Amino acid sequence: MANEVVDPGRRRFLTAATAVVGGVGIVSAAVPFIKSWEPSARAMAAGAPVTQSLKKIELGQQLIVGWRSLPVFIVNRTPAQLAALPGQDPRLVDPKSQVDQQPKYAQNEARSIKPEWLVMIGICTHLGCVPTYVGEMKPEPFDPNWQGGYYCPCHHSRYDMAGRVYQGVPAPKNMEIPPYHYIDDMTIQIGVDPKGAA
Amino acid sequence: MSNVFSNIGDWITERSPGLMPMYRKHLTEYYAPKNFNLWYYFGSLAFLVLINQIVTGIFLTMNYNPSAAGAFDSVQYIMRDVQWGWLIRYMHSTGASLFFVVVFLHMFRGIMYGSYKKPRELVWLLGMLIYLALMAEAFMGYVLPWGNMSFWGAKVIISLFGTIPVIGNGLVEWIMGDFLPGDATLNRFFALHVIALPLVLLLLVVLHLAALHEVGSNNPDGVEIKKGPKGNRWSPLAPADGIPFHPYYTVKDIVGVGFFLLIAAFIIFFAPTLGGWFLEHDNSIMANNLITPAEIKPVWYFTPFYAIVRMIPSFMGSAVWGVLAMFGAIAVLFLLPWFDRGKVKSIRYRGTGFKVALAVFVLAFMGLGAVGAGVTAEVIPEWFGNVNLTTWENLFGRVMTALYFGFFAFLWAYTYFGWEKTKPVPDRVTMHD
Repeated sequence: MANEVVDPGRRRFLTAATAVVGGVGIVSAAVPFIKSWEPSARAMAAGAPVTQSLKKIELGQQLIVGWRSLPVFIVNRTPAQLAALPGQDPRLVDPKSQVDQQPKYAQNEARSIKPEWLVMIGICTHLGCVPTYVGEMKPEPFDPNWQGGYYCPCHHSRYDMAGRVYQGVPAPKNMEIPPYHYIDDMTIQIGVDPKGAA
Repeated sequence: MSNVFSNIGDWITERSPGLMPMYRKHLTEYYAPKNFNLWYYFGSLAFLVLINQIVTGIFLTMNYNPSAAGAFDSVQYIMRDVQWGWLIRYMHSTGASLFFVVVFLHMFRGIMYGSYKKPRELVWLLGMLIYLALMAEAFMGYVLPWGNMSFWGAKVIISLFGTIPVIGNGLVEWIMGDFLPGDATLNRFFALHVIALPLVLLLLVVLHLAALHEVGSNNPDGVEIKKGPKGNRWSPLAPADGIPFHPYYTVKDIVGVGFFLLIAAFIIFFAPTLGGWFLEHDNSIMANNLITPAEIKPVWYFTPFYAIVRMIPSFMGSAVWGVLAMFGAIAVLFLLPWFDRGKVKSIRYRGTGFKVALAVFVLAFMGLGAVGAGVTAEVIPEWFGNVNLTTWENLFGRVMTALYFGFFAFLWAYTYFGWEKTKPVPDRVTMHD
């Protein structure tokens, strides 16, 4: 070495530059490892949104479709069933759906985007049984004033036609409404929020 | 005198100059205060349990199958068909709970005698990191048998992260690797439980001990023996009130180990589930994503923190506050050396306020544990008849939460404003000569 003079500024710059390049390298190398924790392609496929046509569901009828291995109830509610909903409020635990069991766009009286179509995860909020659809508005042994709804065979929890839980039953919360949206007038997609909704 | 063993010893020493000095520095010439009492058993017992967990854990992996389809059955296979498999598993599951028993007592000892204070703040911080890693390790281990409580416990605990605004839902899916706890979740928890976290734990234990041996052990009098007179039977430079860790405290610790193993053996052989406290009954049912257990509750050592989550109501449409409070409850423990401004270390010479506050803190911690474990939900109707359970349980739990955090606030004010009336601290440990 002809020139023995040390330039500390250069040294600092070289040290910093090496550290920065090394740091960028480490961060880049970490990306695949972090991304490997995301749901895999197989999990994504199994949890993919489900598209369902509503055309063949008669008035008052319920269809059950599977989504993410959960049963999803789709009900074509009758005007009579809908008309009975407001009258149930005094008997319900959470009539205004204030507990976070539905997307914001389904936080209304009918707990749905279009009042007539109920789309709901059919899992009792008590112990996870699948409640039975009892749609007819006639006196039932468990309720002489039955206005249609759901009756859980396991521990007798009762819900109204919007999946709102009645008082005095073991289930604590209304049944959950999944994210869904309308692709067209008679087709829904479960698992995806409507455009613009959170 | 030269024989084959000493020759081998010399051969190694010549080639690894670090071994003998390390042995001396940390064992035969590590001078610990001579006045250690019963409370000083729990550090070495924690180390014993760690070794137990590693050894039994290695043998459990030999028959365990980390898949959602096979995990539950493989644990039953270990319990029923593998020769002595039941013993190895019960040693592991009982060891997990006893780990927390000894760690809680070890931490209480530290608070009682002021072992977190200058110059031992780093020892305390590393110990808290061990505690944190231990909680993660225990949680993931709890998921592995893939019983129904494993599944729902995992779902609930992971859902805590879902309360974080904006990134919450993505974070939950990232942790689970699926939309529900499943194969991906179980496999990564297995990897973390048997490889990643044990390595972290061992490293932290080494650092914890290294930091301790740098500054020296505290003692029940809270006196710095290094500042006292010099010269003992072994060295003119060593603290007069110190005795070599080996053989004095190794022999003492063996007595503690004997008692501890008696208790552990009793639990392992006669009450391995300890009435549902060490192994929950609902975990004897296979994981089922359609059936929720009647009451989802964590194992006992998480119950105080779980209670804090439950006691904080949602606010401004978000449930994140309870989660923040839970992490806050651990964060304040980390910061204990800076909350406490008092110069006197040991409870023996501290003011009455400290003694009362510490007792209240311990009772609040236990009270929260009772709420989290569902004990209050059982006894409130039993003792007070037909009252509104939620109201009274929330009231009780929130008072306990306030007392828990209040301990740290009180401790700061008590020492910062000089309200504490301490007794004179002796110059040397009270048991010298």
